[in-house]
Amino acid sequence: MSTPAAGSSPVSGQRSRRFTSREGRELRREPLIAPEPELGLVALNGPGDPEPGLELADGRIVAIDGRAEDEWDVIDHFIARHGLDLDVAAEAAGIEDVELARRLVDVDVPREELVRLSRGLTPARLARVVGLLDPVELMFALKKLRARRRPANQAHVTNLKENPALLAADAAEAAARGFAELETTVGVSRYAPLNAMALLVGSQTGRSGVMTQCAIEERRSLALAIQGLTTYAETLSVYGTEPVFVDGDDTPWSKAFLASAYASRGVKVRFTSGGGSEALMGHAQGCSMLYLEARCLATIRAAGSQGVQNGSISCVALVLSLPGGTRAILAENVLAAWLDLEVASGNDAIASHSPTRRAAKLMGQFLPGTDFVTSGYSIMPREDNMFGGGNYDADDIDEWLTLQRDWGVDAGIEPLAEGEAVRVRERAARAIQAVFARFGFPPISDEEVEAATYGRDSSELPDRDRAADVTAADRVLAEEISGLDLARALDGSGFGDIAEAVLGIQRQRIAADYLQTSAVIDPDGAVESAVSDPNRYTGPGTGYRLEGERRARLEALPHVLRARDLVENGAAERPPVVVELGEALPGVAPDDVVIAVGPAFGTALHETIGGLSHRAVLEALLEGVRAGGAEPRLVRVRRVSDVAFVGHDGARISGSGVAVGLQSKGTALIHRADLQPLDNLELFGMAPLLTLDSYRAIGQNAAGYALGNRVGPVPTRLDNFARAKSIVRTTLLHARETEAIVRAAPPLELALAPLT
Amino acid sequence: MDFDPSSDYPLGTRRPDLVTTPSGKPLASVTLDALRSGELTADDLRATPETLRRQAAVAQAAARPQLAQNLARAAELSAVPREVMLEIYTALRPHRSSSSELEAWAERLEHEYGAHLNATFVREAAGVYARRGLLAGERAAL
Repeated sequence: MSTPAAGSSPVSGQRSRRFTSREGRELRREPLIAPEPELGLVALNGPGDPEPGLELADGRIVAIDGRAEDEWDVIDHFIARHGLDLDVAAEAAGIEDVELARRLVDVDVPREELVRLSRGLTPARLARVVGLLDPVELMFALKKLRARRRPANQAHVTNLKENPALLAADAAEAAARGFAELETTVGVSRYAPLNAMALLVGSQTGRSGVMTQCAIEERRSLALAIQGLTTYAETLSVYGTEPVFVDGDDTPWSKAFLASAYASRGVKVRFTSGGGSEALMGHAQGCSMLYLEARCLATIRAAGSQGVQNGSISCVALVLSLPGGTRAILAENVLAAWLDLEVASGNDAIASHSPTRRAAKLMGQFLPGTDFVTSGYSIMPREDNMFGGGNYDADDIDEWLTLQRDWGVDAGIEPLAEGEAVRVRERAARAIQAVFARFGFPPISDEEVEAATYGRDSSELPDRDRAADVTAADRVLAEEISGLDLARALDGSGFGDIAEAVLGIQRQRIAADYLQTSAVIDPDGAVESAVSDPNRYTGPGTGYRLEGERRARLEALPHVLRARDLVENGAAERPPVVVELGEALPGVAPDDVVIAVGPAFGTALHETIGGLSHRAVLEALLEGVRAGGAEPRLVRVRRVSDVAFVGHDGARISGSGVAVGLQSKGTALIHRADLQPLDNLELFGMAPLLTLDSYRAIGQNAAGYALGNRVGPVPTRLDNFARAKSIVRTTLLHARETEAIVRAAPPLELALAPLT
Repeated sequence: MDFDPSSDYPLGTRRPDLVTTPSGKPLASVTLDALRSGELTADDLRATPETLRRQAAVAQAAARPQLAQNLARAAELSAVPREVMLEIYTALRPHRSSSSELEAWAERLEHEYGAHLNATFVREAAGVYARRGLLAGERAAL
C-alpha cells in the first residue's frame, strides 16, 4: 500500500535533476504516508469508524455508535451519563447527515440552534457530519460557530535559561502586542513559581488584564493558581480511547473532578485534545483521528469544561503526513466550536518544515478567526521555545501582521513600535528585578535587564546561579508568596501601576466572571466572554468585523512608509540636468539619433529607480550613440509619459527614424518611426537592473540601427523579484512623470545643463 | 434586587453588590490602599461558594448545563482544603482506589463538606471503574 507506484523511478536509473532539486527542498524533510487505518493513521472518514447510532430504551441510552452498554468503555459511559440530551437526540435522529452539514453553513440557521442540536449527536455522527464539509465550508462554519464575538490569541513565553528578566520582558511585549493569554512552562519543574511570577509581573506591565498560566504537573499548577500567581490552566489532556486515557493516568471522572477543583479556586480551565495522539500512543483502535477527536470533545463538554485547545496540537506533523490532514485538523476546531467550547486552535507546534505549508495550514483558523488563533504564538525566537513549538515565532511577527493587513483580518496580534517594545521590556525587567530584591531572591543584575530589553534571545544573557534560583522558587511555595505579596512588593518599589494591575487580576477571582465560556479580560478589567460578547454572526454586516479604530491600528505597521517619501522630493531646488532650447524640429541628417526623455526627466525627477543620476544616464547614452558612429540629439517629449510613445514621438522627428525613449524612472527602449507605437526594436523594462554600461550599449545599438548595421541585442539581466521590490516606487515615479505632462505640447530640444 | 442569571453577568460589573470576598468584604474594597494598610489577605481573593453558584446559574441560563454542573461542583469544593481535593483527584485516577475507598471519599465529601454533587460524581466513577477494571489492583486487558 505504501510502496511507491510503478514508474516512480526512471528505467534508465539516471535521475532527473528537477526531481533531485525538489527532493532538497524543506518540504521533503518530512515524510508523507498513505493511510494505514488499522494503526489509526487515517485523518478522517476512516473505514474502521463505527456507524453513527444512538439507541434508547425506557428513556435511557443503551447503545452508542453501534456499541451496546456492556461493551462501553469509560468514555462511552461518561458521554452517556453527562454528554447527551435525549430529547434533542430524538429530534436530531430525524435529520439527515447532509442536512445537518448544510445547516452548519447556512447563515440563516443561528449558532444557538446548531449548538442545541449538537447536544443530541454522538461522536460518530459529529465526525461524519463535519467530514462532509469541504475546506471553505469548514472555515465558514468555524466563523459562524466561534463562541466569542471577537477573536484573540495566546502567546508562549519561555527561554532556555529560564531567566526571569527575559521572561518578564517577553511577557510584557506579548501583552503589549495584544495577546489575551500568555503561557509559560519550565525545563526544570522546580523553577515554575519563579517563571509564573515573572510572567505575571511582565504581562501586567505590558497590558493589564492579560491572563497567564504555567504548564506543569497538576499539583504544582493548582498550588500556583491558588497563590494567585496564575489565572488559568490548559493542561487537562483528554484522549479518544480508553487505553490511551488510562496510560495518561486519568479517566474522564478524574479529569472532570480536577476541572471543578480548579474552578473552585477561581481558575479558568481549558482542556486539551487533538487528532493523532491516540495513534501516536499506540491505541487508536483502528479509528480515524477525527472520530477519536469527536469522542474527546464530547467528553470535554460532558465534563463541563468551558473550552479546549485542539487542532492536533503537538501531533500536527503526524496528521499532516496523511491525506486530508489539514482539513481534518480544521474539522476538529469546527467540532469543538459546534459543541459550544471555547477553542484555542493549535498552530503552536511546528506543522511543517515548509513555510508555504505552514501558512496554508494556518489560514484555516486565521481567516475565520477563533477564540485563540494559536494556542501559543512564540513571542521569542524558536530556539527559546521550551514547548517544542514555535510554528510562528518572534521572527515571523511582521509576516503575521502583514497577513492580517493583507486580508483585513484580526488574528489577535497588534503592531508595536520598536521604541514602545523596548520601553515595556525594560520596565518589566526592572519590575521583576525589584521584586526579586524585595523577596531576597538571587539578584537580577543590570546587565540581565539590559540584555532582556535589547537582546534577541537568551544566549545573550549571563548565566544565573540556578541552584540559588531553585531555592528561591521553593520559598515561593513554602512561604505561600501570593499575588497579593507580589502587588505589595511592586507597590513598595515604585511600580504602583503594575501593582494595581496585578491586584486587578487577583480581584477578578472574587467575581469569577472569567469562568464562563471563552473569557478574556479587557485592559479596563471588563470580562469579555461568550456570555457578555457572544458571536452572533449571521452573514455580511454582522458578527465581528475589523473596522474603524481597530482596523486602522492593525494596518499601521511600524515599517509602513508614506508613499510620497518613497520618491525624491524637493527636486525644484536642485540644479536642472538639462536646459530647454525651444521646439524640436524634425531632423534630416541620416545619422541623427534622437534621445527622447519623459516630461519629468531632469526636472521633477533627477534619478532612475536604480539610483542612477539622470545626468550620468544621458552622458552614457550620448557616448554610446557617438561610439556607434551616429549623432545624438536630446529631446523632451511632453505630451505623454508612456515610454512607447515617448520613444515613438522621438523617432518621428529623428533624421534616421531611430530614437531612444527614456522615462525618468529609467525604463528605456529603441524605437523606429515606421513601427507601431507599441512595437519597438528593443525594450529595457527592468529599469532597476540597468547600469550606465547598459545605457551606453543602448545608445550604441540605436546608432547601429540608424546606420543600418547588424545589431545584436543589448544583454539584459533578469530578476523576477524586481517587480515585487520596485512596483510601488515604479508606480509613484510614473505618477510623477504623468503629472508633468503638458497636453498637446510639441517636443522640446534639450541640451545638457552646464555643470555648476 | 434579586439575581437574574440571564442579565446580571458579568457579576463584577453588573452586580458588584452581590459579590463579596470570603470574609465578607465588598468587591470595591479590594484596592491598593486596602493592601497598603494591611486589610487584605490572600484568603480574600477567592470566589465564595455563593458566587460560584451564581456563575453556575449564569451558565445554566446560557444553555450550558454541563458547565453549570461543573461550576456547581466547584462551589461545593470551595470548602474543601486543597490537599484533600488533590487526594480525591489522585484517588479518582485509574487503578488507585478500591470501591470502598471511593465510597469512603464520597461519604466524606457528603458529610464533612456537604458536597453532595461531588459525592454522587465519585460514586458514579466507582461504578464505572468496577465495570471497566479500573479499580486498584485491576489491570484492564488492553
